[in-house]
Amino acid sequence: MENGRQKQYFLRKIKNRIFLLAVFSCALIAVLPLLFVLGHVLVKGLGAINLDFFLHLPTPVGEAGGGMGNAIIGTLILIMLACSIGLPIGILGGIWLAQFGEGKRGFLIRYSADVLAGIPTIVIGMFAYALIVIRMGRFSALAGGFALGLIMIPTIVRTTEEMIKMVPRSLYEAGLALGIPGWKVTLRVIFRTAWSGIFTGIMLAVARIAGETAPLIFTAFNTPYWSFQLDQPMASMTVTIYNYAISPFDDWHAKAWAGSLVLIFAVLGITLLVRKFSKQVQYG
Amino acid sequence: MIKKIAALIIGLGLISTTALALTLNGAGATFPFPIYSKWISEYHKAAGTQVNYQSIGSGGGVRQFIAGTVDFGASDAPMTEEEMKRAGGEVLHIPTVMGAVAISYNLPGVVELKLDADTLADIFLGKIKKWNDGAIAELNPGVNLPGKNILVAHRSDGSGTTHIFSSYMAKISSAWASQVGAGKALSWPAGVGGKGNEGVTGVIRVNQGAIGYIELSYAMTNKLPVVALKNRAGKFVKPSIASTSAAAAGALKKMPKDFRADITNAGGSDSYPISGFTWLLVHKEQKDAVKGKALVDFLKWSLSDGQKYAEALLYSPLPENLQAKVMDTIKSISY
Amino acid sequence: MRKTGDAWFNLVTFLFALSIPLLLLLLVAILIGQALPAIKIFGAGFIISSSWDPVKETFGALPYIYGTLVSSLIALAIAVPLGLGAALYLAEVSRSRYKEYLAVMIELLAAIPSIIYGLWGIFVLGPLFGLSMLSGGVILAIMILPTISAISREVFRSVPNILKESALALGATRWETVKLAVFGPARSGILGAIILGLGRALGETMAVTMVIGNRPEISASIFAPAYTLASVIANEFAEASSDVYLSALVELGIILLLITMIVNGLARLLIWKTVGKSNIF
Repeated sequence: MENGRQKQYFLRKIKNRIFLLAVFSCALIAVLPLLFVLGHVLVKGLGAINLDFFLHLPTPVGEAGGGMGNAIIGTLILIMLACSIGLPIGILGGIWLAQFGEGKRGFLIRYSADVLAGIPTIVIGMFAYALIVIRMGRFSALAGGFALGLIMIPTIVRTTEEMIKMVPRSLYEAGLALGIPGWKVTLRVIFRTAWSGIFTGIMLAVARIAGETAPLIFTAFNTPYWSFQLDQPMASMTVTIYNYAISPFDDWHAKAWAGSLVLIFAVLGITLLVRKFSKQVQYG
Repeated sequence: MIKKIAALIIGLGLISTTALALTLNGAGATFPFPIYSKWISEYHKAAGTQVNYQSIGSGGGVRQFIAGTVDFGASDAPMTEEEMKRAGGEVLHIPTVMGAVAISYNLPGVVELKLDADTLADIFLGKIKKWNDGAIAELNPGVNLPGKNILVAHRSDGSGTTHIFSSYMAKISSAWASQVGAGKALSWPAGVGGKGNEGVTGVIRVNQGAIGYIELSYAMTNKLPVVALKNRAGKFVKPSIASTSAAAAGALKKMPKDFRADITNAGGSDSYPISGFTWLLVHKEQKDAVKGKALVDFLKWSLSDGQKYAEALLYSPLPENLQAKVMDTIKSISY
Repeated sequence: MRKTGDAWFNLVTFLFALSIPLLLLLLVAILIGQALPAIKIFGAGFIISSSWDPVKETFGALPYIYGTLVSSLIALAIAVPLGLGAALYLAEVSRSRYKEYLAVMIELLAAIPSIIYGLWGIFVLGPLFGLSMLSGGVILAIMILPTISAISREVFRSVPNILKESALALGATRWETVKLAVFGPARSGILGAIILGLGRALGETMAVTMVIGNRPEISASIFAPAYTLASVIANEFAEASSDVYLSALVELGIILLLITMIVNGLARLLIWKTVGKSNIF
C-alpha cells in the first residue's frame, strides 16, 4: 500500500519532469529558427543603416546616401489608416461577440472573421482595387489603408473576444451589484482587465500589416518621393524592400535587409511605447 | 485616442487638397526598374519633374494603362491589337533599352558550356535528363560532364523574361511550339519554379546540376556561369551587353514602324539569340497638355541623355540609328 | 435609464460586429463577379482538372487545392505543438526575468516581410529539404508560430490565478495543474489561436512560393515540389492578360475561400464533438 503510493507519486513526478522538459524544448526550438531569421537580417542589414537611411529619399543603384525616409513615414500613415478601420470594428465587434454572441448571429460573425483570416492578402488587395482604386481612377493611400485594415480585423476580433471571455464573470457581476450599468462595467472594468491580452492581439495585427507587401502594390502603389496626400500614391517600406530584394544588385539587397531590420525595430518601438503609455493610462 | 486619430486623419485629408507638384505616374515591367529609377532621379535633378515608376509587372502595367490609373505603362512584351483597342486612341510603343536572357547553370568544374537550339529545347522539355547525355557531350568535346540529374529551374510568376525565352524556344523547336508555346506563364513540362529572377537564381545557386534562364544582370552580379548559345549564323555566342545590341542591329532592317519587334533568334554573327526590348506605353494624343509635355520631354531625355547610364546597370543601350527613329515617333505625340 | 444604456451599447457593438460579415459578403460578390467568365467556361471540371496551361487557356485547380491543404497541415503539425509548448513555458513555467523580452520578440517576428522569409528559406531550407512540399510546410510553420504562441500565451496567462493556485494547493504538479486548471478554460482561446494561424498558412503567398518548387503536380512524397492556391494567384495575377486567365485566377481565390470555410467548420465540429458545445460556437 505505502509502496504503491510512493510509486504513484514517483510516476507523477516523472510525468511532471517530462512536461517541464517538453515545454522548455518547445520554447527553445520555437525561438531558434526565429533567432536565425532575425540574426540573418541583422548581419545583412546592419551595415547599410545610418542616419541618411531615415532622413533621405531612395536613390538609384550605386549612389551613396539614399534612404527610405518617405517609406518609413508612409508605412506609419498606412498603419494609422488601417487602425482607424481595423480597431473600432475589431474591438467593438469582439466585445459584442464576447458578451452577446452566443446565438446564431454570433456564430455567423465569428465564422466570417475566421474566413476573412484565410483570404490571401493579395485577394484583399484585389478587392480594395476593385472597390476604391477603379472608382477613384487612381492609386491612393486610402485604398492601401482600407486593405490593411481588413487584414487586421480577424486577429483583433478573435483576441478581444477571447480575452474578455477569460475575465471572470464574477467581476462583471460585482460591478452590476454596485449599481454600475453593464456597458460601463464592460468598458471600465472588463475591458481594462483584458487589455493586456487585447493589446498583444493589436500588436500582432500591426506587426502583420507592417510586413505586408502584396495588398499594397495595387492599392497604395508606392513612390520614391515624400508623400502625405491620402488620395495619392503612398510610399511604404515593404514595397520598397520588395523592389530592392528582387533586384540583381548587392547595393539594393543591403538596403532591403536594412529596411527589414528598421521595420522590425519600428514595430518594437511602437510596442514598447504604447505598452508604457497604456499602463500609465490604466494605473495613473 | 480614437478622437485624436480621427482628427489626424481629417488633418491629413486637408493637406491633400493643397496644390501638388507635377508628378507623372507610371507602372509596369520589373526588368527595367533599376535603369528607370536612375533616369527618374537624374531627370528630376535636371528638369524638376517628378516621375514615379513602380515595377508591378508587365501585365499589370498594360492593365493599369488600359484602366487609365497611370500616365504611362511599361512592358517587356508588346501589347496585342485587342489590348490596344481597349486602351482607346492610338498607343505608341517606345523601346527604351534592351536585355538578354542568360542560360545559367550550376556544375562545379564546368566553366564553359555550349548548347545549340535543339539540345536546349530537349533539356527544358525534360527529354534530356542527365548532364552526360550524348547530345550535350557532342557539343562540348573535352569537357568533363558529370552523370548528375538535370534540374530545370524556371519562373513561377508570369514574366516578360519567360515571354522572351519561350518566344525563342517556340521559334527554334516545333515540339516546344506545339507542346508548350510562348507566353508569360507556361505549363512547364519539367523542373521547379522559382519566384522572380531572384528566386530562379537562388534555385540555381543552391542546387548542383541545376540549369535555368535568368536576366543577364542576375547572372553577372551573382557570378554564375552562362551557356554559349549557337545563333542563327552558327556561331556560339555568350550573352553580353554587346551581343544583345548586336541582335537589335541585326534585326534593324526588318524593324516594324511601331517598334513591336521580336528580335529573338536574330541574324548577324555576333548576335545573342535570346534578346529583347522593353517598352514604355504612351497614348499618342495626350489629354492633359501640361502632363503631355512633361511626358514627351522625359521620353526625349531618356532616349538621348539617358542612354549613357544603361551599360553601368547592365542593360544594352539602343543602337544609334534606332534611337533616331524612336525620337521621330516621340515627336509625333500631340498635347 | 440603465437598460437603455445597455441596449444602445449592444446595438452599437453589434453594428460594428455585423460589418464583418457584410464586408466579407461584398468581397465574395466582387470576386464572383470577376470569376464568372471562368465559372461559365470550365464549370465544375475546374475543381477536378489538373491542367493549368495559360497559353492554351485550359485551367484546373486540383493540384493547387492538394498543395494548399497538405502544406498547411504540415505547418500546423509542426507549429501547434511547438507554439503551445512555448506559450506554456512562457506563461506557466518560466520564472526568468527575460521571458517578457522573449515574448515580445516572438510577436515581432510577425513583422518580417514574407519576401525576407522567402529569401532566407531558399538558402537554408532549400539545401535541407529541397524545393518541396516539406520546405513549404516548414516555412509556413515558422511564420505562424508567432500568432499561435503569442495568442495562446495570453490565453494561458488570463486563466484566473485562483484556479491554478487551488490546483497547486491540492498538491497537483505543474503538469497536472496545466491539464486540470488551464487547458479547460483556455480551450476556446487555443482554438482561436490555431484558426488564426491556419488562416495565415492557407493564405500566405510570397515566402512559401520561394521554397515549394511551384510544380502543379500531385505527388505522394512530401519531398516532391508542389504548389499552393495562394502562391499561384500571387505569381500569375500581376501578369495575367486575358480575361479568361484572370477570372480563372480569381476563381482560385474563391476556392481558397471555400476551403477556409470548410476547414473552419470541420475544426469547430471536431471540438464540439470532443469537448462539448459551450464556448466554441
